[in-house]
Amino acid sequence: MSRELKSLTVEELLARWPFAQQFLGDQGHENLTDQPEAVLAEVLDSELLEQLGDFLADMESFLGTSEQKVSEVTIRGGRAKDGSDESVRELTVKVGEIVCIVGPTGSGKSRLLADIEWVARGDTPTGRHVLINGEVPGDKWRFDSEYKLVAQLSQNMNFVMDLTVQEFLALHAESRQAADPEEKIQRIWSWANELAGEPFGLDTPVTSLSGGQSRALMIADTAVLSASPVVLIDEIENAGIDRQQALEILIQQEKIVLMATHDPILALMGDRRVIIANGAMSQVIEPSEQEKANLTELRELDARLMGLRHRLRRGERLDTI
Amino acid sequence: MRFVTVSGPPSSGKTAVIIKTLEHLKAAGRKVGVVKFDCLSTDDDELYQKNGIAVRKGLAGALCPDHYFVSNVEECVQWGLAEGLDVLVSESAGLCNRCSPHIREVMAVCVIDNLSGTGTPKKIGPMLKAADLIIITKGDIVSQAEREVFAARVRGVNTKARILHVNGITGQGSFELSTVWTEGEETATVEGKRLRFSMPAALCSYCLGETRIGSDFQMGNVRKMDLEMPTGTKTDGGPQDFTPGGGDS
Repeated sequence: MSRELKSLTVEELLARWPFAQQFLGDQGHENLTDQPEAVLAEVLDSELLEQLGDFLADMESFLGTSEQKVSEVTIRGGRAKDGSDESVRELTVKVGEIVCIVGPTGSGKSRLLADIEWVARGDTPTGRHVLINGEVPGDKWRFDSEYKLVAQLSQNMNFVMDLTVQEFLALHAESRQAADPEEKIQRIWSWANELAGEPFGLDTPVTSLSGGQSRALMIADTAVLSASPVVLIDEIENAGIDRQQALEILIQQEKIVLMATHDPILALMGDRRVIIANGAMSQVIEPSEQEKANLTELRELDARLMGLRHRLRRGERLDTI
Repeated sequence: MRFVTVSGPPSSGKTAVIIKTLEHLKAAGRKVGVVKFDCLSTDDDELYQKNGIAVRKGLAGALCPDHYFVSNVEECVQWGLAEGLDVLVSESAGLCNRCSPHIREVMAVCVIDNLSGTGTPKKIGPMLKAADLIIITKGDIVSQAEREVFAARVRGVNTKARILHVNGITGQGSFELSTVWTEGEETATVEGKRLRFSMPAALCSYCLGETRIGSDFQMGNVRKMDLEMPTGTKTDGGPQDFTPGGGDS
């Protein structure tokens, strides 16, 4: 591609690949935009031209990922910690599904999620294989950050950038080269406000959002702007966020949702749950009719507790509950 | 023996990543060792030792740490071979962001952390730019969006390297990294190989121990700032000042 680039002017380059501006900026050549007539071969050395070619090729394949969409991920069983065969031989999770992962600490939940992230090919301690759309995936899923299979959300994550919500989302949209960033920013912000009980403005600094507001913004942002088809959630706190709606947003944005949780409401909201024991997937359970009925009851219980929280916050006494 | 040069800003998690990664190689029956380079003091050698990793340390003291590195690296490789190591890692902090210990034909790794700010990839220069493999750490405490923005900035500076996310505390990603460290060429010597980037131009009176301040005491390679230049214009000492190593590429 660098041969083709040589003869282009700066203006032609940016007209065809607007995102080349980011590359020029990162390489300390932002001032080139002031010389639209300049021919690239005259202003960039051959090494930089070659890198520019690589960058454009990467970005093009990155933007084109929607054509080769991930519609399902399959995990082929390997072995347990004691070397015996993993009981679950194959688990396929499709777009729009929620699978919960349960098991005691140290049982191998993290390794399962790491196997998915690293798209294992029998080369991890568990010997598992991970397939994307039924096929053995290529190296790009391991080493190109543009192709990261898994996006992660956990309660330990915080915003660290000193930016307002608007600036923060604009920065993320820009790094993703998202089409129509304004619409996406508005959508993320309004969804996040629906998820979080307490509203916040686009001009609020992200570092001053409450726990619930932060989580709401992270979920809405991951749903809309993250390129990763799989979203891995490590619990969602029960305070200050509508968890059911949060999951619905992710599903609606065609994500595959994996959720490590021991919260009964979240666990029953999953389409299936995988039990992990002794380093292996020991069972896959589909919620029974009775469990589904219990979920309704658990939700009522939850709503009652929530109501008590609100009353406490308003300064009321809880003599009658 | 596989030789790997690891660099990265201070506190980015180099030592933690190296320890977690070498643990997997040890478990697979390989002999591993580290040479730790630092300036004035380090306790990391004890940390390595405690984890059963053969270690030597080098303190640059009054010398430029990167010059010290390159003057000692061949001896380090020979030490590793004499110890019968399968994998030798050199660890050094790119303290002034101007240098990198990376050597042609030797796997070059840069460790950089999500908390260091989105401007950092652009700032740290050759140790990131000339790396084959970039390890991004501390991903467990920032948001998905920040991880994605940061990785995109890293990609903007180094279009070719493989990027891996590793957590130095939990070890997540370190098994994966260990498989990469056993790929590639064996190194029997670095004698005659070249640095990927030249070391900084130095040798002014302060290099030679001068402590007094003032024009009368400044000799040799001295350059003055242009304080007339308003903010926003191209400042002194930008990336255009890099002289790639060797000059024969």
